[in-house]
Amino acid sequence: MTVPTYQQPTERGYYGQFGGAFIPEMLYPNVEELRQQYLDILADPEFQREYQQLLRDYVGRPTPLFEAKRLSARYGTRVFLKREDLCHTGAHKVNNTVGQILLARRLGKTRIIAETGAGQHGVATATVCALMGMECIVYMGEVDMERQKPNVYRMRLLGAEVRPASSGSKTLKDATNEAIRDWISNPVDTHYIIGSVVGPHPYPDLVARLQAVISEEMRKQLLEKTGSELPQYVVACVGGGSNAAGAFYHFLEDPEVQLVAVEAAGHGVHSGHSAATSVLGKPGIIHGSRTLLMQDEDGQITEPYSLSAGLDYPGIGPLHAFLADSKRARFISVTDDDALKAVVECSRLEGIIPALETAHALAVLDQLGAGPDDVVVINLSGRGDKDLETYIQQDLM
Amino acid sequence: MNRIQQAFQQDKKLLNIYFTAGYPQLDDTVPILKALADAGADVIEIGVPFSDPLADGPVIQQSSSVALQNGMNMRVLFGQLKSVREQVPNTPILLMGYLNPVMQFGVENFCREAAAAGVDGVILPDLPLDDYVTEYQDIFRRHNLRPVFLITPQTAPERIRRIDELTDSFLYLVSGPGTTGGANTQAAGVQEAYFERISDMNLRNPRLVGFGISDKQSFEKACQHAEGAIIGSALIRALEGADDAPAAAAAFVSSVIS
Repeated sequence: MTVPTYQQPTERGYYGQFGGAFIPEMLYPNVEELRQQYLDILADPEFQREYQQLLRDYVGRPTPLFEAKRLSARYGTRVFLKREDLCHTGAHKVNNTVGQILLARRLGKTRIIAETGAGQHGVATATVCALMGMECIVYMGEVDMERQKPNVYRMRLLGAEVRPASSGSKTLKDATNEAIRDWISNPVDTHYIIGSVVGPHPYPDLVARLQAVISEEMRKQLLEKTGSELPQYVVACVGGGSNAAGAFYHFLEDPEVQLVAVEAAGHGVHSGHSAATSVLGKPGIIHGSRTLLMQDEDGQITEPYSLSAGLDYPGIGPLHAFLADSKRARFISVTDDDALKAVVECSRLEGIIPALETAHALAVLDQLGAGPDDVVVINLSGRGDKDLETYIQQDLM
Repeated sequence: MNRIQQAFQQDKKLLNIYFTAGYPQLDDTVPILKALADAGADVIEIGVPFSDPLADGPVIQQSSSVALQNGMNMRVLFGQLKSVREQVPNTPILLMGYLNPVMQFGVENFCREAAAAGVDGVILPDLPLDDYVTEYQDIFRRHNLRPVFLITPQTAPERIRRIDELTDSFLYLVSGPGTTGGANTQAAGVQEAYFERISDMNLRNPRLVGFGISDKQSFEKACQHAEGAIIGSALIRALEGADDAPAAAAAFVSSVIS
């Protein structure tokens, strides 16, 4: 038996006390099949050949590691941006969907379902389904469909069916509920492509491994550009936590690298309108995983808030819960207003309009305590095109 | 012999009714329970509402969210059930809910309160078998509560045998793919073949069929291959907007078993 580490959960999917697979019996055969096969499939040379080829020729990897000189000058430290926004479809999400669609094909599945918050994962799923000629159904909260109209149109243009989730807060949590219910109703032909490091084991580990290419490339690029594979800081935003998992993955066992996870504080952590799970959550079960969860004293899951549709999830992936609990990562939360300021700053100083989710990570540069010789890598997880309507409404100029 | 096992001694097919605690009004729980039992329901499942009931369809989701808005929670429920056995002495009562509210209340507290109220069994669809065995079995046994586990058409035979060993109550046969309250859309013969396959396993525990059973006709059809069947969503629909919820519950039971 392998010793569990940050990178490798136990056989039953635990990172410390977090993880597991709390699923109804209807999902057990599918999740168990995935659990038994995912490591073998991921390790298979033929799978790796196809995956790497698609990452290179279709996604456009490796993505650049860009030294942001004007941001660096502004904050008095060396800031590098990992340009996941340059991935095909405009965000890191496609790293995972490319891998999972290949996996789904190997499992003999013909129908793909997904949940989406900001729409980036939905677009990335619809994209690979078009590429592979597979049926695609994406569940999206009604509120998010309104907030992210261009992505709804993109998914439909790509041939996916977008089904509104109209229960609860009508956002990411509810879209995930509906996707899980769909999987319960279609247990034989369907693979569920979860978009984040959440859900029952093996999903958190599977998605983390498929996103790990981000930090794998960072190490090589840092060596080239700074003379060391290891930066002092790696910063990423966390909703469920997939881009953070990918950005942290190959630094998890290097304690000298400070990992910084940035959550959405919404109107303020204690305003009652927040999504800062690591502060407001306590251990509980959501979507099949034991993790830190925003809930009331009766164990009912509460509605998170963030202006960004990709960060308003009431839980975080079990890996991140463990990173928070063990203090391996530092968690900071950023308000809507500060994230919006960071949108303008990055646009004006670097000519890069970031996604609203990503802007939360950019907003902590003055809180890190980084010195002039320190290297700070920010995972620029997505581009801001999808958020233009929000930016216009917020009157950023 | 426990109350559940006693119920199965009867020479008839059993009707198991599910309803959501605190729905349609907060204080309807015990009056509805009594009305169901008096009207002839053989087993009763009290749904403990949860904000995110993954195995449930829209009807039970909706009743759960109304119940939560009404103020239902574990403390209120156990308060309501305090003297329920004076009113419903013999009918087996089970609590059905999701793991998170139980964990937050404390599994030991939950089992103690349930046992004190005279509850016979517990159904937690998202409680994994392994976790039950390693963490909860001792607590359940100490409080004389039986777990009920779900079986689906995809559940492997060896897993069914394991589930059969873990309880002395009944096996909950999920009728087909889907959440609660959905219609049976399976091709003719598929469901029968599944029921017969389970029946041929000669299991220790009796079987009740649930999911998609809604009226006399579907109840009787399900009973052909099992010791009885479970109805939930259809009852909730009958309670929706009813002036007298207990009377509506009783009328529903009569419509199924008359």
